[in-house]
Amino acid sequence: MSIPYDKSFSVSLLSDMVRIRHMEEKAAELYGQLKIRGFLHLYIGEEAVATGALRALSPEDNIVTTYRDHGHALVRGIPMNAIMAELYGKQEGCSHGRGGSMHLFDEKTRFFGGYAIVGEGIPLAVGLALADKMRARPRVSACFFGEGAIAEGAFHESMNLAALWKLPVLFLCENNFYAMGTALERSQSQTDLCAKAASYNMPAVRVDGMDVIAVHESVRQAAKQIRDGNGPRFIEFQTYRFRAHSMYDPELYRMRSEVDEWKQRDPIQTFSVRLKAEEMLTDEEFALIIAQADREVQQAIDYAEAGTWEPVADLLKHVYTTEAKP
Amino acid sequence: MKITYREAMGQALREALVADARVFLMGEDVGRYGGSYAVSKDFLAEFGPERIRDAPLSELGFVGAGVGAALNGMRPIVEIMTINFSLLALDPIVNVAATLRHMSGGQFNVPLVIRMATGAGRQLGAQHSHSLECWYAHIPGIRVLAPATVADARGMLAPALADPDPVIIFEHAQLYNMEDDIGADRASWTCDISSAAVRHTGSRLSLITYGGSLPKVMQAAESLAADGIDAEVIDLRVLRPLDTETIIASVRKTHRAMVIDEGWKSGSLSAEIAARIMEYAFYDLDAPVARVCSAEVPMPYAKHLEDAALPQAPVIAVAAKQLLGEK
Repeated sequence: MSIPYDKSFSVSLLSDMVRIRHMEEKAAELYGQLKIRGFLHLYIGEEAVATGALRALSPEDNIVTTYRDHGHALVRGIPMNAIMAELYGKQEGCSHGRGGSMHLFDEKTRFFGGYAIVGEGIPLAVGLALADKMRARPRVSACFFGEGAIAEGAFHESMNLAALWKLPVLFLCENNFYAMGTALERSQSQTDLCAKAASYNMPAVRVDGMDVIAVHESVRQAAKQIRDGNGPRFIEFQTYRFRAHSMYDPELYRMRSEVDEWKQRDPIQTFSVRLKAEEMLTDEEFALIIAQADREVQQAIDYAEAGTWEPVADLLKHVYTTEAKP
Repeated sequence: MKITYREAMGQALREALVADARVFLMGEDVGRYGGSYAVSKDFLAEFGPERIRDAPLSELGFVGAGVGAALNGMRPIVEIMTINFSLLALDPIVNVAATLRHMSGGQFNVPLVIRMATGAGRQLGAQHSHSLECWYAHIPGIRVLAPATVADARGMLAPALADPDPVIIFEHAQLYNMEDDIGADRASWTCDISSAAVRHTGSRLSLITYGGSLPKVMQAAESLAADGIDAEVIDLRVLRPLDTETIIASVRKTHRAMVIDEGWKSGSLSAEIAARIMEYAFYDLDAPVARVCSAEVPMPYAKHLEDAALPQAPVIAVAAKQLLGEK
């Protein structure tokens, strides 16, 4: 299939994937240098999902995601500076240093956050959608979660509520085949995830999550259906994380050969080849995209390094809106 | 004219629904059934199924959805049938509603009200009778209310809805039929949700309690008065943040304190209050702080055993006399 978009848009999809990849590769390095601490879950390998999906949504839509949230935050429009500063724990970060890698938030872009309890964001997205439906606002609440979340009660309760009340929720399952170290077939009696959605009378499709165009098209169509008042939709993206689950993971649960096989389907590599084949991209242009991303990453690191630590005197801020005593 | 605690809560709910289109009630059997404690009886006809929203048996799902709706401009009132069921929704309450404002660096707040019944006394056994309010009172980021009077049942909902942060209202199931004349004048039940109330002024000792234990403590105070003992009764009203000032002011006056709490003693609100009295008024005390709490047993079904497990007025009165060194 030829690329259905113009050159400028197509190249911008590639560019966003490159920005995520290079930001995260640097974040991993900074983790090694102890600049970033806590948990750091990398999205490397899965960039086509966040990029294709978020670029198909409107600024008015609501976004909810998981602890593997850097890519979503960046494509949604949170400045890389603010993301990097948050990874550093600086008060210039998008969550003012209170959240960290797993809890990126941004009111301006309706980025309702990364949640670190598996499945937890899903009921929240249902509630965001409920509010929009009750107020007749044509918004979609897009909720990203991994296939591991499908084992949680929160997923099933939310699917039922959204379908029962015909809420404008877009359920976006990033199936990377491992819930931390537990493979899908070791955790699910039914590994056809779309069948689960179908059991809630919800239309569902399976999409190649390594193909940014396929992702974008599926989300564009689903979002339109939802906005037209047809109730929730479920999309399963089959994808793969090239890196460990977190920086603590020795990857004892999967074969090196499997990782290498998936790397042949690298969403950036394959899409750049397609773009070149359709004469939408030259080697020079690709090199420029990479150089621009690297420059942006370096600026973000400089920004985070120059950032400031919130005074300890402010420790109790943001617990209550009116700063009540405990 | 006398109204019940149930009617007071219903009036407050109706008023909130009429006043603000963003307010809606969501929970199990709040609509067609009329509320498991009949608080929202006839509301469905008046406000319709969008705003009196019957939810499936999905506590985790619909409480989480309440958080999301609150984040997105609504003022949801989520009803959970009983506190024991709320354990299925601890994640959205404790990990999300209570943390969101902080975790987002002050960007997102959750103006959510959660109501639930609590407490024992109706022979409902070990899964419908517990008082776990202190678990919620442990959590920074939420406000915890325990209306113990008809006036507070009428008055607490409006300020709870006006609060920009999550508020949990615990309604003791034994109080729903309690009656009082709170008058027609709004001022008689308008209240804050930050302070404790002195329900009876006294000088000999401070009886500190909340929720379903208040009527028992008032009864104990009456019997003590008949014996010439003048007890002060403090109704905490707000379990978090605790109004430490009112407690300490009373203890500084009476020099003796007893906490009556339907929760268990271990790791409880009664323990917290005793600790605060030690921290702030140790040298004002003439005796160690005493406690009357539920026996440390899952609630038994048999009536005589349930009665024995709970704080009761005669036991409270006897313990008060012991604290005073009187028989």
